[in-house]
Amino acid sequence: MQFGIFTVSDVTTDPTTGRTPTEAERIKAMVTIALKAEEVGLDVFATGEHHNPPFVMSSPTTYLGYIAAQTSRLQLSTSTTLITTNDPVKIAEDYALLQHLADGRVDLMMGRGNTGPVYPWFGQDIRNGIPLAVENYALLRRLWTEDVVDWQGQFRTPLQGFTSTPRPLDGVPPFVWHGSIRSPQIAEQAAYYGDGFFHNHIFWPKEHTQRMVELYRRRYEHYGHGAADQAIVGLGGQVFMRKNSQDAVAEFRPYFDNAPVYGHGPSLEDFSRETPLTVGSPQQVIERTLGFRDYVGDYQRQLFLIDHAGLPLKTVLEQLDILGEEVVPVLRREFAALKPAHVPDAPTHASRVAAAGGSRDATVYAAADSVTGKAPGQAREEREEVEA
Amino acid sequence: MTTRTLAVVSAGLSNPSSTRLLADRLTSAAVAALRSRGDDATVETVELREHARDLADNLLTGFPNSPLRGAIDTVTGADGLIAVTPIFSASYSGLFKTFFDVLDKDALTGKPVLLAATAGTARHSLALDHALRPLFAYLRAVAVPTGVFAASEDWAGGGGVDSALADRIERAAGELADLVTGRPAGARPVDPFADPTPFEELLRVQGPPAPHRSQARGGPLQGA
Repeated sequence: MQFGIFTVSDVTTDPTTGRTPTEAERIKAMVTIALKAEEVGLDVFATGEHHNPPFVMSSPTTYLGYIAAQTSRLQLSTSTTLITTNDPVKIAEDYALLQHLADGRVDLMMGRGNTGPVYPWFGQDIRNGIPLAVENYALLRRLWTEDVVDWQGQFRTPLQGFTSTPRPLDGVPPFVWHGSIRSPQIAEQAAYYGDGFFHNHIFWPKEHTQRMVELYRRRYEHYGHGAADQAIVGLGGQVFMRKNSQDAVAEFRPYFDNAPVYGHGPSLEDFSRETPLTVGSPQQVIERTLGFRDYVGDYQRQLFLIDHAGLPLKTVLEQLDILGEEVVPVLRREFAALKPAHVPDAPTHASRVAAAGGSRDATVYAAADSVTGKAPGQAREEREEVEA
Repeated sequence: MTTRTLAVVSAGLSNPSSTRLLADRLTSAAVAALRSRGDDATVETVELREHARDLADNLLTGFPNSPLRGAIDTVTGADGLIAVTPIFSASYSGLFKTFFDVLDKDALTGKPVLLAATAGTARHSLALDHALRPLFAYLRAVAVPTGVFAASEDWAGGGGVDSALADRIERAAGELADLVTGRPAGARPVDPFADPTPFEELLRVQGPPAPHRSQARGGPLQGA
């Protein structure tokens, strides 16, 4: 099972000091957090994508490329990539290139985004959210699996003889998860393709997670990808830990009370009861997290949200230490002991290359380049003739 | 004998409240009307005052907490609804409106509803038709023709209730019972998780742009 963290990249005032970090500080803090995630032994780091204040992460591949260059083990993912408002051609190109640079440590999670105004900024309409997710992803898959694509759809200009470059590393596209809180069509989409399904599992009652995962598993089996309990499921989660649970509650409460989304509403205690939020000792986090399995079954990826609501970098790094030293090693052991042998691990680039029958170079060479007007092979043959 | 469930939503704030008093009168009359048509009835009453904080939380978090979810399930699962609000500033109270704001947009589709309101003066009586009726029309509920409005003076008649008010209560309850008995018992909205649209069908939805192919209504997180 994979363990990691995911961030929404918010720039939020620390309510205990009244200080708001600059974008520069937050961006560099997110680099420090990602590098620390690898250092403490986590498996995955994922970033959200947003195009409005108070968020900084408008360009995930720029950021993940920078992280990839400074890490060697960490799996890099998104939470989520906006399949609705991004051009699927650009997603195909950006993430294929990132996958080459990261030596196969990239996967993506597709989402529709929850900010209505974003759609018109990119020429779209939120009322088309589901049809956009369906059409754009269908095109993205073709761009990664077919060298030359002729395509026409509802939302984008047609493509004629288009080749998305670079071709996927080893000829195998990155693994894709689909994320949605409560739209059955997205669970259906993930099941149809045999892709992973991720539920953000924060800020919402577990019942949303439970019925989406149940639907995804049932339909995964229906579409013939394997048994329902072999479907690939990921969950989020939100935690704040201190050695003593009272200290955790006291320290986190001002951040909770003033947080974006749920601040100034329910009490920390109410929200902890109604959603998967766990504020307490490492042992409490371990017990609550193991309990997720009771309503989603054996699953493959667990990501925690630990850096939002204005928490200072120092505190976030302490949370990562606790996760790495006290929580994840226990969860790793306990989940592994519970998992039946026929339940697969989350796919990785290596496992997908193996499943595809091994690595192959997928390079598509141009028929002619615009500088010499000649194909690379042709130019070489002519040169050899001259030299001979 | 079919057993029908009646949900009663009362948005009164004081205790005792004239809103609850009117709700109780309407409930007794509706149960009697159902019995006279050969159906039994169970009644579940939701006092919105008890959910005031839950409702404010729901506005911020986007989901009902467990106590509020129980109240919502009571209302959406009922065969008929009696909805009673005090009139504040020429309209339903904010608490009353908030409850209906947090329901799923299709939750009351086709549901028989009896609308009623209380106020200190009869000058507010048209709020029933100018404010409540459009709200329930939007929700595609089926409101009975008679709305019941009770001002302070209506409670002063012989036996505690003015005879004209008593007549309106009888008539409205009879109209609600007619609608409820005319429907299959325990009719529930379709569960999209039980029977999802097959993906091939979602893929086939192509063709010219259809800007009005709409799903979600409401807040910023609804589409998520």
